[in-house]
Amino acid sequence: MVLPRSEMEFLQPESWAEALAVRAAYPEALPVAGGTDVMVELNFARRRPPALLDLGRVAGLADWGTEDGLLRLGAGVPYRRIVTELAGRAPGLAMAARTIGSAQIRNRGTVGGNLGSASPAGDALPPLLAAGALVELASVRGVRRVPVAGFCTGPKRSMLAPDELIAAVLLPPDAGPEQFAKVGTRNAMVIAVCSFALALRPVSRTVGTGIGSAAPTPVRAAAAEELLVAELPWADRAALPEPLVRRFGELVAAAASPIDDVRGTAAYRRHALGVLAGRAVRRAWAEHRRGGVRG
Amino acid sequence: MTGQILPGARSDGSAWSVGAVGGAVAPGCGSSGGVRCVGGGVGGIGASPVRPDGALKVRGEFAFSSDLWADDMLWGATLRSPHPSATIRGIDVGAALAVPGVYAVLTADDVPGDRHYGLEVADQPVLAVDEVCYRGEPVAIVAADHPETARRAAERIVVDYGVREPVTDPEVALAGGRLVRHVPIRKGDPAAVAEVVVTGEYRVGMQDQAFLGPESGLAVPAPDGGVELYVATQWLHADQRQVAAALGLPVELVRLSLAGVGGAFGAREDLSMQVHASLLALRTGRPVKMVYGREESFVGHVHRHPAILRYEHGATRDGELVYVRARILLDGGAYTSTTPAVVANAASLGVGPYRVPNVTVDAYGVHTNNPPCGAMRGFGAVQACFGYESQMDRLAEAVGLDPVEVRVRNALAEGGSMPTGQVVEGPAPVARLLELVRDRPAPPPVGDDPRQLPGGVANTTAPEQVVRGVGYAIGIKNVCFSEGFDDHATARVRLELIGGEPTALVHTAAAEVGQGLVTVQAQIARTELGVERVVVATADTSVGSAGSSSASRQTYMTGGAVRAACRAVRAALLARLAGGSGAGADDGGVADDGGAVGDGGVVGDGGTVGDGGGRVAGGGLELAGGVIRDAAGRTLGTLVDLLAAGPVERSVRWRHRPTRPLDPVTGQGDAHVQYAFAAHRATVDVDPELGLVRVVEIATAQDVGRAINPQAVLGQIQGGTAQGLGLALMEELQVVDGVIRNPSFTDYLIPTILDVPPMAVDVLELADPHAPYGLRGVGEPPTISATPAIVAAIRAATGLPLARVPVRPEHLTGTG
Ligand SMILES: Cc1cc2nc3c(=O)[nH]c(=O)nc-3n(C[C@H](O)[C@H](O)[C@H](O)COP(=O)(O)OP(=O)(O)OC[C@H]3O[C@@H](n4cnc5c(N)ncnc54)[C@H](O)[C@@H]3O)c2cc1C
Repeated sequence: MVLPRSEMEFLQPESWAEALAVRAAYPEALPVAGGTDVMVELNFARRRPPALLDLGRVAGLADWGTEDGLLRLGAGVPYRRIVTELAGRAPGLAMAARTIGSAQIRNRGTVGGNLGSASPAGDALPPLLAAGALVELASVRGVRRVPVAGFCTGPKRSMLAPDELIAAVLLPPDAGPEQFAKVGTRNAMVIAVCSFALALRPVSRTVGTGIGSAAPTPVRAAAAEELLVAELPWADRAALPEPLVRRFGELVAAAASPIDDVRGTAAYRRHALGVLAGRAVRRAWAEHRRGGVRG
Repeated sequence: MTGQILPGARSDGSAWSVGAVGGAVAPGCGSSGGVRCVGGGVGGIGASPVRPDGALKVRGEFAFSSDLWADDMLWGATLRSPHPSATIRGIDVGAALAVPGVYAVLTADDVPGDRHYGLEVADQPVLAVDEVCYRGEPVAIVAADHPETARRAAERIVVDYGVREPVTDPEVALAGGRLVRHVPIRKGDPAAVAEVVVTGEYRVGMQDQAFLGPESGLAVPAPDGGVELYVATQWLHADQRQVAAALGLPVELVRLSLAGVGGAFGAREDLSMQVHASLLALRTGRPVKMVYGREESFVGHVHRHPAILRYEHGATRDGELVYVRARILLDGGAYTSTTPAVVANAASLGVGPYRVPNVTVDAYGVHTNNPPCGAMRGFGAVQACFGYESQMDRLAEAVGLDPVEVRVRNALAEGGSMPTGQVVEGPAPVARLLELVRDRPAPPPVGDDPRQLPGGVANTTAPEQVVRGVGYAIGIKNVCFSEGFDDHATARVRLELIGGEPTALVHTAAAEVGQGLVTVQAQIARTELGVERVVVATADTSVGSAGSSSASRQTYMTGGAVRAACRAVRAALLARLAGGSGAGADDGGVADDGGAVGDGGVVGDGGTVGDGGGRVAGGGLELAGGVIRDAAGRTLGTLVDLLAAGPVERSVRWRHRPTRPLDPVTGQGDAHVQYAFAAHRATVDVDPELGLVRVVEIATAQDVGRAINPQAVLGQIQGGTAQGLGLALMEELQVVDGVIRNPSFTDYLIPTILDVPPMAVDVLELADPHAPYGLRGVGEPPTISATPAIVAAIRAATGLPLARVPVRPEHLTGTG
């Protein structure tokens, strides 16, 4: 019998085409971007892939720009750059990026990796849900764009095919007021007990939400979104009616299916989500009333 | 053999290097023949010379015990029990032995000596004998040529368990007769009555020391049939005794050297991998290294005892205490470890630093099938303090007094007596410490920098959602070992010319665990011997025991021993001076003064203690800058001349003044050596809707008797306070049915830089006439009162009773 050893192959493509070719030829090779999830798994011996597919040298993967009228964010853009470069164009995502780990983790960690891990606690996912983002998946077979809402299929499971890589996420350009907040039991370096993201789109009079760490996958609060679409005083930007805020909080809390675990109780998570939702809509609406509509 | 393979081992076989491992050289210091000096120039007591390990640690270059390496070494791994309680019907190691690369698989049957060990009672199996009593208990060990091979092979060992229902509730354990120790304290009238009575039940969760450097070390078989063990520990000689007993070897054949310690806080007082690595090394004839992983570390050491504390305080309407009745139950987990001493501390310190005429305390420690608990910074005093300080706040409310005022009214003072009847000798500035923190200016009001709001940068909380609260607490801790324990420390000091320069070599077995003890030893030698160059040898068992780096005792004890040995060297020099230059009689004779050198401080006016620095015993002679002068300032000789005849070496075993056992029925007795006090004022901002807390500022005041190294003193106060903050707000091993559910730094949360607030620190130096230089142990007191002060502040902000730590968001929002 041969026991697995710590030796493993390290594949380092330099172009996207090469990366996709390696991925197709060698699907057992585990992609690694910032490595902030992968290295933990390796250290804890939870995974022993025969090879690593390092995406760190792939040209263009850490670029962002506009494409087809959408904001295209390469899967390899680290959180630090999202915070410093995209706070205006993707405010919710930038707020979430600011809450992730520590400065070291934000220097390495990527949205591509957050999607790849598909953890229900991935902090980038609720703002992407709220914004209605698309995930661009690529393989030698071609490219597909899927809504982030369907990307995660269960805890740490996604629709990524064995020969696919995550190329980018695409965000609609008409960012309106966005909010993200996360509860943890310390003030930094903490996995979300629960989190909530909200995106108001005054131009289209639509609303997006995202709930983190309170269901097997990040989820939207559809009924809560519908409530705001129907009842926000879009036309005159009037003050928010308190009952609407309260009802919104209740519907967000109801959309979650949290559990009791070491990080918090289900009851707390529901309660906190209601509070976060109320605060988020108040802040976002206040921004809207101040005229903070972005084109 | 070991010289070439171990970081920090002797490069020239001469045994000297600074620090635990790694051979630090302070800037500007020379190095000759493998001998290095610590600092230079000044740097005696009262200074804060650069510590030799500081820059290395900051740069990530310090060699910890997990960095030890031998070219031909094997790796050890441990198979642990998955059950909190089970019988072992059989163990089949065949599949593990069959794995290529595996050199040995050992079980309890392979332990040649005593199969059980323990600090106070030898009841913990080296490897499980017929049963397991906690989850994570070592059952078998493997040596292989690769760490992963060793781990995978261990997984192949088949153990036939007969699973039993674990006892995990300490109340059930107590009722079921699983008592480890009961300490009663009876003072005054047990039936005393009072006008105002407040009661409460409080709980303390299981805190972990959470050191960063996991249990690790390297065992090297020696040609004489013994073993050389390089390990991160708190007490080399306690390890040596237990390892030798388990190996069935005389202690001389088990030689330990301190490897680089990555934090301790009590968790390295008990054995972890020491016997296991030694057994494997002796069995295979190869060096064996063991390093625990993080999850393994959480089951690989003892924790702070969880506690249930019931208190009843009776007082006059003016808030003067009439009586305190308390019952304290401590969960010791599966084995005894230091539970008996922790129980005694909780009992004897159980009413806090207050004058209480009538006291009835019963403290119990019990065995359960939870993870074993033992030493952790504060050692029984932490749990009690959360109880009695919570009570003092209740009392303040009941009598309508300010929380500081009620404490000051009852404050213990010099000459006051403890519930044990022990009179507190020397300064006990309880009231003053409280007033110092009270009188500090208040921190600025809540601002809108998100990093200073509850929830930090996670964007949860706006300034208008915050309520502020302020809370106070004070604690008391015994310093050194108590209850008649023969507590001693040994130091060997050698003064000689190296490269023509007088150089002091200080050798002790005292464990530098990060607290700065190496630096302190060098400071004392500089002060006592008037030399600049001091070399502190790697701590090992070739010199007598220093006792444990615990109980806030090492600066007192090893510091005291180093001072005594230096003074013995000075006396020998003086004799040489008197006997003419040719006196070659000082050939390293050993003076064991057995405590006669104990209380040598010189008490000056106003309670300050003279340093004795450079004063040579007899006749007002001075030794400074390498020159001996008489009182008139005339030069009598130089160190260079006196040492030309050869080195002077003295070894001293030093003791603090004796203590006495507690009477088993009344709990009366002078059980403690010294008391230390610290007070805290905590200011917190709470987001009550989300249950999030940010500590805004902590003001703290502590009497340290004498700050031997002021910077290290501040470090202890800040670090201890942060550890107390951790217990108040987040640090808990969550144990359910005997299983730790959060054995990782992902879920065992310790405060980050964004959780630890600015600290305003007042240090008092009121000398204790019994202690070397008047010093008072510093390490533990700040941990003790930080926790209740923070919880008091949260209570003040929210109005909630909060009877349990850590306080979780659930407790603040009613969603637990
Ligand atoms: C100390 C610490 C703190 C943390 N704090 C947080 C936090 O606060 N919030 C949070 O959400 N997360 C946190 N994390 C987790 C981690 O940082 C994030 O999930 C991060 O987004 C992962 O990105 P990465 O680039 O490092 O991914 P990697 O570790 O490189 O990869 C993660 C997964 O994604 C896959 N993958 C990566 N890139 C691609 C791609 N382009 N195509 C296909 N698959 C891909 C990998 O195969 C792997 O399965 C923390 C981690 C650590 C170690």
